[in-house]
Amino acid sequence: MTDEFVRIDKVTRRFTQPTPWTEHVMARFGVEPPARTVHAVTNVSLGIKRGEALGLVGESGCGKSTLGRILCGIIPPSEGHVSIGGEAVTQGAAKATRRVQMVFQNPFASLNPRMPIGAAIGEGPLAHGLVSRAELVPYIRSWLERVGLPADVAERYPHQFSGGQRQRVAIARALAMQPDVLVCDEPVASLDVSIQAQILNLFLTLREELDLTLLFISHDLGVVRHICDRVAVMYLGRIVEEAETASLYDNPAHPYTRALLDSIPRLEADGIEAQFKAIAGELPSPLRPPPGCAFHERCPLAFDLCHSEVPLLKTIDRSDQHRAACHALC
Amino acid sequence: MSEPLLSVSGLKTNFDTRHGLLRAVDDVSFSLDRGEILGLVGESGSGKSVTGFSLLGLIEAPGRIAGGSIRFDGQELVGASIDILRSIRGRRIAMIFQDPAMTLNPVLTIRQQMKLAYDAHQSRNTGDFTARALEVLSKVGIPDPAARIDAYPHQFSGGMRQRVAIAIALMHRPDIIIADEPTTALDVSIQAQILAEMRGLAQETGTALIWISHDLATIAALANRIAVMYAGRIVEQGTTAALIRAPRHPYTQGLLNSRPDRFPPKAKLPQIRGAMPSLSNLPQGCAFAPRCQFASDLCRSAIPPWSGTLHDGFACYHPLERTP
Repeated sequence: MTDEFVRIDKVTRRFTQPTPWTEHVMARFGVEPPARTVHAVTNVSLGIKRGEALGLVGESGCGKSTLGRILCGIIPPSEGHVSIGGEAVTQGAAKATRRVQMVFQNPFASLNPRMPIGAAIGEGPLAHGLVSRAELVPYIRSWLERVGLPADVAERYPHQFSGGQRQRVAIARALAMQPDVLVCDEPVASLDVSIQAQILNLFLTLREELDLTLLFISHDLGVVRHICDRVAVMYLGRIVEEAETASLYDNPAHPYTRALLDSIPRLEADGIEAQFKAIAGELPSPLRPPPGCAFHERCPLAFDLCHSEVPLLKTIDRSDQHRAACHALC
Repeated sequence: MSEPLLSVSGLKTNFDTRHGLLRAVDDVSFSLDRGEILGLVGESGSGKSVTGFSLLGLIEAPGRIAGGSIRFDGQELVGASIDILRSIRGRRIAMIFQDPAMTLNPVLTIRQQMKLAYDAHQSRNTGDFTARALEVLSKVGIPDPAARIDAYPHQFSGGMRQRVAIAIALMHRPDIIIADEPTTALDVSIQAQILAEMRGLAQETGTALIWISHDLATIAALANRIAVMYAGRIVEQGTTAALIRAPRHPYTQGLLNSRPDRFPPKAKLPQIRGAMPSLSNLPQGCAFAPRCQFASDLCRSAIPPWSGTLHDGFACYHPLERTP
């Protein structure tokens, strides 16, 4: 597609630990060394249009946070390319890090406890010349107001704020860089339920006002459904399904997506407690991904081919670009 | 009606800190029958965990149980001697915690830890230890328990570790299991497995459960009855269906409406404004009043009394209408 603003192209990321000398010795004696390479992200291609919110869902260890960090240029991919507006995102390049900003899960860890929050918000824009020193104070105040904090709290320190307010500060800090793309990694997971609702409402408002392009990473399918236009489901480092939000939730194609949706107890609008069904088994280790489809050990539909060959993402419904990677479907 | 298995009334647990007296649990009353599942829901700082700890007398200085009564199977636990509490803890009332990586000892095998728990009580069980250990391990869904019992905790995944913790809790066939956020640290697919298994276990063994969680959805899927806590008090209690369908307290309603599942995508959620007040700085009157859209002067001056029965009621001057 040509109108993709963010382009993640065949990105793979492996983390390898150095092999200690003892294992070289063991190898001499024919002992097989343990696996030392984590296959965090494998051959992922995704696009995000300008102004679109893409949700990335999956269980812990599926590689969703690694992919978010690669998009931000925090860690480089082992293979593949990431570009924003046609320009490559490379690690450490000043321009790229301004264009994409990140909001992290835990606002207790992501803010410097010794820095007043106004300084934390203003530091980046000043360094990148987005604002002059003379205009800095009103600039910080305007961002504080935008995220729903009083403008006169800029001199306070993070410990003087509650978790929800800190997350607002973290959002203001990211947005003050005027990024083209915002990556949010579980931005509400560490907050209380009533505070989650406030932050979700803030995201909805900011999306409207600022026309944000968003990669929204979460394990919470309900939250992603509420915020995002399109959703990609990850399993053990690969995208297994991708579709427009309504299509994915109403007609999930991949057996993993279906199982994941069935496994969450939900409170329906009429208030009757929903039933849920558990998926059998557990996520395999990314140190030794199983051959073939990574989900085949837990999949009710698995057959011979699934044990040997990795299924490719195929378009299953052209009208809404619904793609899924499953041998049982095509 | 016979006496309930556990009946708590007017329980108060205070912490004497340099910021003053914190009333972590303030006038909490509920009861639990055999085989029943009670969900205790609340946000962080609501006192739900301290309530769980208080039941077992696991409150350490500067905290203390300052009043009220906990009657368990005819016996008063508030002020009971340490020997009595010890004979109950782990044997008749067991507890499971949020993080199984912290509850299990990393340098002991599962067999060693289970043996310690087994030997801690002059067991009511007949039969030998290994048979019982393997039985509970297989009951909680650990495949091939005979091979896994000699493994160390780090050789298990998070979900499997929590299963081991549940198995240890089940060992003495307790009357009650108190589970404090037992699935919060787990992935959604594993959470569903544990929920399904706990529901089955409660039915099969007749063990009553107190399920403490911040997640109303998982509680609704599991519990027969729900108690909602806010700033140390139970603000509403009722059967799961009634409480979810027609909440009476504005806070319960607010919690339900904070989850996006109930609204069309991208609709603004009717959020509760503000945040839970600090226990050291509670407002006068109803603690929820500063966040409540219905609050009146009365709410800001006097704590609303409990209306209804022990099992079914709320503490609010302006309850929501019960829809027919």
